Amino acid sequence: MSYEEKGTWVYLVTSAVAYAVYVAIVLGQALRMPVAHVSYVPVLLWTAGASIVASTVLRTLVETAAPSDSRRGDVRDKEISRFGEHASRWFVVAGAAAGLAMAMARWDYFWIANVIYLGFVLWAVAGSAVKLAAYRRGM
Amino acid sequence: MAKSKPTRLTNSIRALRFARGEMTQAQLAERIGVTRQTVIAIEQGRYSPSLEMAFQIAHVFKVPLDEVFQYPDGEGDT
Repeated sequence: MSYEEKGTWVYLVTSAVAYAVYVAIVLGQALRMPVAHVSYVPVLLWTAGASIVASTVLRTLVETAAPSDSRRGDVRDKEISRFGEHASRWFVVAGAAAGLAMAMARWDYFWIANVIYLGFVLWAVAGSAVKLAAYRRGM
Repeated sequence: MAKSKPTRLTNSIRALRFARGEMTQAQLAERIGVTRQTVIAIEQGRYSPSLEMAFQIAHVFKVPLDEVFQYPDGEGDT
């Protein structure tokens, strides 16, 4: 498995786990109080930050356990990366469009922020999944 | 059911490597400036290289391009 493919696995896992932790914490609060009072901002920022740190640490650990031949990507890595980003871009577009519509309809900030955040997470997860499928099966 | 490959392009890289003193995939990868995984993907038909990379591979083996890569007759004709 190439360095870039391992990195894609790490990114997929850390993105999915960070969002699962975020949802679990925010949902726990939302069950006890109205969503307008849920303190989601620090949880969002902390889990997003933790996923970046975890991604760096995990990638280092993976490389230590199973060193790659090279840490430089090549033309195939770039093509697969572009393919994955292109295929999953609609999640960001959908999240932004939904957020815009919700803002115009004067929804609570909680829902607007969360639908946009969900769009980013789906973009990250779906993009990684598409890239991994391309690495395994080809494009 | 066999899984279809993403390309109809076939190649003789594996045979050419062995004909050239059992050149390893890593050695070929280094010669053409890609990772070993990319050479593996090309050999297995999971990745179609660019025309430039295809020529680079042919130059490594010192053979014409169509001795390295083949495309089935009649496919893609208009």
